Amino acid sequence: MSEKYLVIGETRDGSLRNVTFEAIAAARKINSDAEIVGVVCGDEDLSEQAKEMIYYGADKVITIKHDNLKTYTSEGFGQAIMTIINEENPAGIVMGHTSIGKDLTPKLASKLGTGLISDAVDIETGNGKVEFIRPIYSGKAFERKITTSGITFVTIRPNNIPSLERDEARSGDVTTKEIDITDIRTIVKEVIRKASEGVDLSEANVIVAGGRGVKSEEGFKPLQELADVLGGAVGASRGACDAEYCDYSLQIGQTGKVVTPDLYIAVGISGAIQHLAGMSNSKVIVAINKDPEANIFNVADYGIVGDLFEVIPVLIEEIKKIK
Amino acid sequence: MNIFVLLKKTFDTEEKISVSNGQIEDDGAEFIINPYDEYAVEEAIVQRDAHGGEVTVVTIGDEDSEKQLRTALAMGADKAVLINTEDDLDEGDQFTTAKILEAFFEDKEPDLILAGNVAIDEASGQVGPRLAELLGIPYVTTITSLKIDGEKVNIEKDVEGDVEVIETSLPVLVTCQQGLNDPRYPSLPGIMKAKKKPLEELEIDDLDLDEDELEPKTKTTDIFLPPEKEAGRVLEGEIEEQVQELVSLLKNEAKVL
Repeated sequence: MSEKYLVIGETRDGSLRNVTFEAIAAARKINSDAEIVGVVCGDEDLSEQAKEMIYYGADKVITIKHDNLKTYTSEGFGQAIMTIINEENPAGIVMGHTSIGKDLTPKLASKLGTGLISDAVDIETGNGKVEFIRPIYSGKAFERKITTSGITFVTIRPNNIPSLERDEARSGDVTTKEIDITDIRTIVKEVIRKASEGVDLSEANVIVAGGRGVKSEEGFKPLQELADVLGGAVGASRGACDAEYCDYSLQIGQTGKVVTPDLYIAVGISGAIQHLAGMSNSKVIVAINKDPEANIFNVADYGIVGDLFEVIPVLIEEIKKIK
Repeated sequence: MNIFVLLKKTFDTEEKISVSNGQIEDDGAEFIINPYDEYAVEEAIVQRDAHGGEVTVVTIGDEDSEKQLRTALAMGADKAVLINTEDDLDEGDQFTTAKILEAFFEDKEPDLILAGNVAIDEASGQVGPRLAELLGIPYVTTITSLKIDGEKVNIEKDVEGDVEVIETSLPVLVTCQQGLNDPRYPSLPGIMKAKKKPLEELEIDDLDLDEDELEPKTKTTDIFLPPEKEAGRVLEGEIEEQVQELVSLLKNEAKVL
């Protein structure tokens, strides 16, 4: 019998997040012969989501539906997933390194007494070894990590390991599991939506980030407009957050989020080492800054020296022309 | 209230990282309190001042870690504990760290444990939740607000930019996110007082632990630097021309549009 790999799926507003599909691809990369078992939790019928996981490469999917799984809590989801782990006895577990992944997986690893390799951006196999590459020092360096005992347990950074081709011809078992979820000691009373509508910063393919040069909260509006035209998200440097032009949840850098979009447009950002740590592994970097000496130009693929308030509106118009 | 802070020293964020023989070169590097742990120290002091009790700062490290503990004491923590593993442990991972802390907390009866949500060096964010699980207490990660009323605890948690309002009760472990507070700088009298505050040093043997139980489950086999990025092209001409060229480059050369 082939080894089982468990992929913990994650939904947002009822839809599976892309990183779930990337996690399936990661499990397949770790062991190409493995039986991939998807699991997804919620308080509604999840058969459509389960089917999607199968189209993206899962061999079977277990859904767990319970009123106490409406909003994520480590205790609710922990009980649900632990039950599945105990029944399926997987050789490995993969999940996205998202807010929920970061919160849940250490608890599971601790309960299982296993290791956990967090935030992998690549997987290399060969000579019977599976090595995970993960950024350390906020991407100033990388480490190669292996599991030395127990199951292989890993979270993967969104947007780094490509998902497999979606194939509607794939089929697999979908089962629904009844699990009693009790003793929740942390209760989510309310969720206040503050994140920019639509695109999540950590999963965005395009990020338009503003720094002190944006000068005000008002100054971020054209950046948002540019992000909207590109289907991207808005981020910020610490300077802009400290100056209260925008919320700390948008901060990119050594403190704040570390992001790796396909396109990063740094607007009015000088490029302090702490900021570069959070974005320098982006695939293509564009810098727009008044100061030709700004450090950001040293990491940018393309630079425009100029007033951002003149450049951005023109850029928006030019992009609209080709979209 | 019996308040504990888990603290780690990290490289100063200004430091450039260099690697030799697959290891991070730390000779001459400046170390600081992990920035997220500073929020934890600050919050511990604020909660103690509001509710009474004592703040104990705990770190696992080597003798140099005393510096960061003294800084936390100078900020206002009451006691510090250094679990010095330099002579006993060749390697460890988050499993190991959580196990050591579990043994440390065995006789401590904490009401509140605070930690940073992540350390800016290894950035796993595992130790807090792992420890809470081992101690059998609830935890909430990435908090941006903490209000304690008797046994009741109201928390705001950052979830990728959204805010979750959470109700739980003591004892609880929380990990701190930016936005929770503004950590104070140690004052001069604070620094003077810190020199006299108790700093206890423990080794693995002082805890109820076998070294076999601490065997790590994962291992780092190599550390390397990302490829150096070459400076790109700064465009020239009128703004309109530059923008047109940029869009064309993004579309045809970089192929990201």
